[in-house]
Amino acid sequence: MSVFKFPESIRSRPVYGILEPRPGRSHLMIADCEGAEAILDLAAQASDLMANTHIIFIPNGTLFGPKLQELNPAQYYEGPSFAAALSRIQRVLSDAVMGLQIYLTGTEGMMGQAQNEAMQAGYDYTAIQTEHRGSVARRMQCVHCKGITEDVIIDPFECSHCGLNLFVRDHYSRRIAAFQGVCIDAEDPGNVPASVELYS
Amino acid sequence: MTAPAPNSTAPKSIGAEKIKVIVSAIVPLNNLVTRFEFKRIDGYQFPTFSGGAHTVVEMQDGDLKRSNPYSLMSDPAETETYAISVRRDDQGRGGSLFLHQKVQVGATMTLSSPVNLFSLDLRARKHLFVAGGIGITPFMAQIKQLDAVHGNWELHYSCRSPELGSYVDELCAKHAHSVNIYYDDKKQSIDLENLLDGQPIGTHLYVCGPKGMIDWVRRSAASAGWPDAHVHHEEFLAPQPGKPFAVRLAKSGLSVEVGEHESLLEAIERLGVEPPYLCRGGACGQCETDVLESEGIFIHRDHWLEDDEKSSGIKIMPCVSRFDGKILVLDR
Repeated sequence: MSVFKFPESIRSRPVYGILEPRPGRSHLMIADCEGAEAILDLAAQASDLMANTHIIFIPNGTLFGPKLQELNPAQYYEGPSFAAALSRIQRVLSDAVMGLQIYLTGTEGMMGQAQNEAMQAGYDYTAIQTEHRGSVARRMQCVHCKGITEDVIIDPFECSHCGLNLFVRDHYSRRIAAFQGVCIDAEDPGNVPASVELYS
Repeated sequence: MTAPAPNSTAPKSIGAEKIKVIVSAIVPLNNLVTRFEFKRIDGYQFPTFSGGAHTVVEMQDGDLKRSNPYSLMSDPAETETYAISVRRDDQGRGGSLFLHQKVQVGATMTLSSPVNLFSLDLRARKHLFVAGGIGITPFMAQIKQLDAVHGNWELHYSCRSPELGSYVDELCAKHAHSVNIYYDDKKQSIDLENLLDGQPIGTHLYVCGPKGMIDWVRRSAASAGWPDAHVHHEEFLAPQPGKPFAVRLAKSGLSVEVGEHESLLEAIERLGVEPPYLCRGGACGQCETDVLESEGIFIHRDHWLEDDEKSSGIKIMPCVSRFDGKILVLDR
């Protein structure tokens, strides 16, 4: 099951919708993992989009690639990681003209980073469609050392840079495309509750 | 060099902060449009503003006090002088006619502090301006603001004829490569579809002009896939004349008859009650007022209330909306 309904939280926490076809000159769809399913759903509603669509897919071990290719998009790229796909995303955005519709789907970490790239290209983030699919693991920033730890699925967790025990907050930064992790045992070092899986 | 004005005590609303001015110059631009320039009476500097801001000009026309918003079109960094350009509207309620016919150099008037409901989005990679007729005024200030920081902008300005093309000469002389002029009487029109196609990502589109033009530009942009957040428009509604009607103000315990050429907001102010306001043109939402009792038909004309609020009969925007009926009681 790739759809997860996030409970209500503070205003800082991103909320995601369901991708819908919108009129546009061209369409950029960026997905990782189960995000492919959201693109397949979207294409089922509006197959005519694909003639002007560029799909950038990061499978991360999933096997959706051939199905996405069968949609016959104008351009299709598969990359092993977001970092590997980044230069292509940046190039596509820098060449893009208004009338481009942007669709992001998959994990929060990927969507946040892709949104950040679109924002830096001058595209208003409120106009970017997002749909969460797949893992609820998060991209976390340690507020102390500023290091980023990817794919955090337990709370609290250990910062992969400075080793502090961090509490997973819903406080989010669009600029950094990460949730904030705050030291949980600052006042009583060593007093760290047992980690639990997020949303378990 | 004059000093900036000292901070006064906090106003009830921004629109309530008033500046006494003297009319320092009146410059007719063509048959319809005249520029009015103002200097402060107290010798202080005007506040700087951001391009797209308007000021509300108070006009004492006999017994009638009108307060009409006009876009500031002077340089936003210029603190000695404010300027507005006013198109004479022979069919309107008389605010523009009053300025054109009764105001002379040396007259004292009252302006509100600037309020901006049509500001530039400074995250934009490019600013694309579409103006129709007198809708050029906010862009005059925005262009000066952007020029000071070498901003990337382009203007497409449609006017009826060369004779009525306010500021065309000035714009073309200074910015030959950024300004495009279209004259109706030469059958020239903006090729909007092609203009919107190919603008670099991060472009923001701004339109100011007649309602038909605003609707056309917004509709075209939406169908070409431009996000709403990248499309900005300014449309002030002038209050329209209408049948006189009576209103009772519950909190103040006062009653008043709203005259044919007077807005509900102006009638309330005539009693000495000071409701909040900013734009006086049905756009900003500041003057939204609760209706406590009514028997009759609301004539809603604003862009602020949602359709269900308009039909609910419990909200009214007194700056532009009217009422036709026996009883109207407001929470003021």
